[in-house]
Amino acid sequence: MTEWINAVVQGILLGGLYALFAAGLSLIFGVMRLVNIAHGDLIILAAYMGLSTTVMLGVHPFLALLIVMPLMAGLGYVLQRGLLNQTLGPDILPPLLVTFGLSVIIQNALLEIYTADPQKLSGGAIETASIPVGGLAIGVLPLLTFAIAVGVIAGLQWIFYSTGLGRGFRAVSDNQDIAQLMGLNKAHVFGLAMALALAVVAIAGILLGMRTSFDPAIGGGRLIFGFEAVIIGGLGNLWGTLAGGVILGVAQTIGGKIDPGWQLLAGHIAFLIVLAIRPNGLFPRIEH
Amino acid sequence: MSALLSVSDLSKSFGAVVVADQTSFEVAPGAAIGILGPNGAGKTSLFNLITGALRPDAGRIEFQGTDITAISAAGRCKLGIARSFQVPHPFEGMTVFENALVGATEGAGLRGHAAEAHVLDVLEDTGLMPKANQRAGGLTLLERKRLEMARALAAKPRLLLLDEIAGGLTEAECSALIATIRRVHAGGTTIVWIEHVVHALLAVVEKLIVIDFGRKIAEGEPRAIMDSAEVKEIYLGVDPDV
Repeated sequence: MTEWINAVVQGILLGGLYALFAAGLSLIFGVMRLVNIAHGDLIILAAYMGLSTTVMLGVHPFLALLIVMPLMAGLGYVLQRGLLNQTLGPDILPPLLVTFGLSVIIQNALLEIYTADPQKLSGGAIETASIPVGGLAIGVLPLLTFAIAVGVIAGLQWIFYSTGLGRGFRAVSDNQDIAQLMGLNKAHVFGLAMALALAVVAIAGILLGMRTSFDPAIGGGRLIFGFEAVIIGGLGNLWGTLAGGVILGVAQTIGGKIDPGWQLLAGHIAFLIVLAIRPNGLFPRIEH
Repeated sequence: MSALLSVSDLSKSFGAVVVADQTSFEVAPGAAIGILGPNGAGKTSLFNLITGALRPDAGRIEFQGTDITAISAAGRCKLGIARSFQVPHPFEGMTVFENALVGATEGAGLRGHAAEAHVLDVLEDTGLMPKANQRAGGLTLLERKRLEMARALAAKPRLLLLDEIAGGLTEAECSALIATIRRVHAGGTTIVWIEHVVHALLAVVEKLIVIDFGRKIAEGEPRAIMDSAEVKEIYLGVDPDV
């Protein structure tokens, strides 16, 4: 019995990481209706940037965040204004194709620079530390990851609903043309949204790198987990995205408990069941 | 006298459809001008050209003596041009207060308490205070029209463009709206108003411009314009010989 409870708890904590994968994806889609196929590869890019920072400066991955987050945010702004803004329009195909191309470019650039060897960020003692709770051993790193995910989602929620920046996001998301007439520069607002999304991606990438080993090819899988978490939770609902991540995580660990080969499959099945029963997700934002 | 807004030889067409044909006029600071014309005459397109939503094929738009023809819609809003739409387009997912706050922070460049205080003034002025925390998507037509004006006013415009804001309102609602517009005008805001509800228009404006097929066909003192045979024929569809 304890083993099953353990699987559920581990799944919930894993869900925090998936929610971090998903949060940036959800934000970008919400603000500009852009489906970013390169999102997973950007997570891996952030992990590699964390690797370079920790190796070069000899600092802990958490400290590397101080460098990787601003870099990723800056990259996001430049990428949006320099490239992605030009693809946005009534047709949804160009942004899909361009971000798919971007995904291929990032993967191959990483392969060229870092080779295909799996890498890992060394978090030191925190990786193996655990807290005993009633017969279970709860890892400090997964717990911290989950806490960070909750903090990030709460922060994004606050930005969206309590700041001028968030009001700009919502206004542009609601009606781009009117927002322009009210003095909002759409290109700049989109740039800021992508910067914010990639700052979250930086956090996700570093935490991923400390949890498991990574190589340039695994971005696609992270993209799928992010998508599934967003869709299970309901589009446009950030807390729903966290719930979606948790459901996906629990499905995976329970599946893995039944048979180690079923881990990923169980997650996808949970996603398909939600999609079949509630196509708008479990907690869709109430609109109009 | 330097005009607040000066439109010269403005032309725009979509294929064979001409929405502006060498239109020129000036709006003096503090003026209230009405624009009349049959459906499809190019009135709304004229507003789209002035706010920057449309780019003219030819011609020039000056605001406060500066050429703004090449400036973006967002930039023109910051300079002091705001408009309301004939068909209200609120940010539906946001509250009435937040809708107006976008205008105050982005358009007027206000911050913090100054922005909020200004928005509250505007909501008070437009009678929307009781609805401040409601989602704009759930408003009635009159409330939406008021919100159109509130959002435009929140941007502290020097020039306020009103597009058929009185259409579809009851007599009482219309009177209340006229009172609000007069108050705004008395406060120093220059107004250009497109309207089919002629009596509402005449209650406010000092000058009328009549356009048809994108071309300005008359301009002058409202009563004289309304009585001119040309306007009766083209705008009201009355044959002057009958």
